[in-house]
Amino acid sequence: MSAVPGTSLESHLRGRLEDKPLLLMTHLVVGYPSLEANWTMLEAMDAAGVDLVELQLPFSEPIADGPAFVKANHDAIEAGMGWEVYFDFAARAAARFSFPIVFMGYYNSVFQMGAQRYCARLAEAGMKGFILPDLPLEEASQLTALAREHDLSPVFIMSPTNSQERLNEIGRQASGFVYCTARRGVTGRKTDLSQGVAEFMQRCRTATPVPLGLGFGIRTAADVRNVRGLADIAIVGTAGLDAWQELGEEGYRLFMKGLVAETC
Amino acid sequence: MPEVLHETLAELRDAFDDARRDPSFWNSYVALMANYAGRPTPVTYCDNLTRRFGGARIYVKREDLNHTGAHKANNVMGQGLLVQRMGKRRVIAETGAGQHGVATATMAARLGLECTIYMGAEDVERQHPNVFWMRQLGAEVVAVTDGTRTLKDAINAALRDWADSMADTHYVLGTVCGPHPFPELVTYFQTIIGYEARRQMLEVAGTLPSRVYACVGGGSNASGIFTGFLDDPAVELVGVEAAGKGIATGQHAARLAGGQGRTGVAQGYKTVFLQNEEGLMRDTHSVAAGLDYIGVGPMLAHLHQQGRVRFESATDAEVVDALRVTMRSEGIIPALESAHAFAGAFREASGLSSDDTILINQSGRGDKDIFTVADALGDEGWVDFIRHKAEGYAR
Ligand SMILES: Cc1ncc(COP(=O)(O)O)c(C=O)c1O
Repeated sequence: MSAVPGTSLESHLRGRLEDKPLLLMTHLVVGYPSLEANWTMLEAMDAAGVDLVELQLPFSEPIADGPAFVKANHDAIEAGMGWEVYFDFAARAAARFSFPIVFMGYYNSVFQMGAQRYCARLAEAGMKGFILPDLPLEEASQLTALAREHDLSPVFIMSPTNSQERLNEIGRQASGFVYCTARRGVTGRKTDLSQGVAEFMQRCRTATPVPLGLGFGIRTAADVRNVRGLADIAIVGTAGLDAWQELGEEGYRLFMKGLVAETC
Repeated sequence: MPEVLHETLAELRDAFDDARRDPSFWNSYVALMANYAGRPTPVTYCDNLTRRFGGARIYVKREDLNHTGAHKANNVMGQGLLVQRMGKRRVIAETGAGQHGVATATMAARLGLECTIYMGAEDVERQHPNVFWMRQLGAEVVAVTDGTRTLKDAINAALRDWADSMADTHYVLGTVCGPHPFPELVTYFQTIIGYEARRQMLEVAGTLPSRVYACVGGGSNASGIFTGFLDDPAVELVGVEAAGKGIATGQHAARLAGGQGRTGVAQGYKTVFLQNEEGLMRDTHSVAAGLDYIGVGPMLAHLHQQGRVRFESATDAEVVDALRVTMRSEGIIPALESAHAFAGAFREASGLSSDDTILINQSGRGDKDIFTVADALGDEGWVDFIRHKAEGYAR
């Protein structure tokens, strides 16, 4: 039973969790290094059997991101990335691939678009939810209500710095899944999963019945294996982009396969 | 604001609320500023400027005489007292002109704290004297190379540091922007300017000013001096933003005066930003690094909307002119940021009568701008000096 009555994203995730112990969510910054490269990445994710994908809309002030994604955001903007291109890309991806797609980006994009229009565009594109790392719970109520009308899941974030009281508050509003950050700081840097993460995930588990994703610093297949038993979804972000840049297209395919192999 | 900072901001709010409720806190702050920073700073009557423009009598509030040469020290020493209350051992800060960075490094040295300053790479270039002093004071200065390499990028970098280091680190935000409680907290400490100035105008000029001028970057010196006069409806408050190369060129930082700003949410707060229709922040420009910023304090945006504060702008060229006039007429050297307030006031002084008085907030002194000003004035002697110095080092 979920805190906020059933969104299709949550039931989809629960369905898959009946077949395997852990799901994998991967990420890309739309427009970086190019839309063509992004499409090839999605094909690789699909072929590997990734369960869920976040598509990041670039923003000029990405305060929750580390150096690799900061550069990706800025370069994509420089290359002319905008709403039309983003939603066109997302719609094509949602039509072509079977994994659900969620929006990831910063709140100013939503604010400028208007909450109503934002939700409508996500739904039209066939997306299932959104992650807005700079939008606190208390500012999200209007957007959350509109999201529900469009069967979109607002995905909230839980942080190890949160008090149990705060985790419970977030847990009560949670839908789809919760994005638990394995450590403090921003995206990119590696995380030592033996350092208090199990205890943190336990605190998150008591705060909400919705599936829990664990991200920030999950970089290798071995990391994904270690997420088993800690969370329902392993989230790999920066390491995917690094793999693309360091290993090339074929290496990226193998990297994705290697990650997925640890979830079965 | 990222969730990871939720408890940290709550901790800061609590420390600030406790301090504010403590009747001895404000007095201890004023005493600290008196014996460490040289406050109160004077209000100076400028007879030569007054005669030159032939209108209102011109007074200047001298934040340039505050320790470290700008109003920034007020906020920094106040936050230093909060750091002591919270028991943290390290401070970080962003800086544009370097004044806030120098003030923070000073405070850290005095209170025995570790200190890291984030500064846009472009500002590291143009405000190098302050980089030198920050390092001499024991601070680590990090040049921020992403984005537009100016103040906004330095704020992002400081926020990212804080998202990791908050357990033992306080972020000394330098202006009235960013997440709650910073706008309120920074305004609280900067109101010392307005309280002093109001009393001093009554003493020195025998009357409240008809108009008060302040330059507006993030808006801390303006918020500080304006707050002293908010309850005096006859006192007109004028904020002067950076028109850079001219509003029409798009190369400026005039969020309110330019009419090109739009409400948005970024860097943890909601205000009027210079951004495009899709919410991407624009590249700003000003000869003054401290005004070269996308956003403006939410309280000032609100006072603008209410019509309580009028917003004007001054171009780089007008500012350099105003600086030259002020130096030659009064022997006062305003910072390029502050010179925006002078330029705004000079434009209007002659339209007022000699019964009127105007008060200009000189937020800081211009020593730090020596390279930029020398270039703007085409000073041959200075260029020769630098050339010789460089040759000396090359040998
Ligand atoms: C001398 C001086 N004046 C003004 C400013 C602008 O800041 P604010 O608008 O917060 O007073 C700065 C910022 O660096 C400064 O150094």
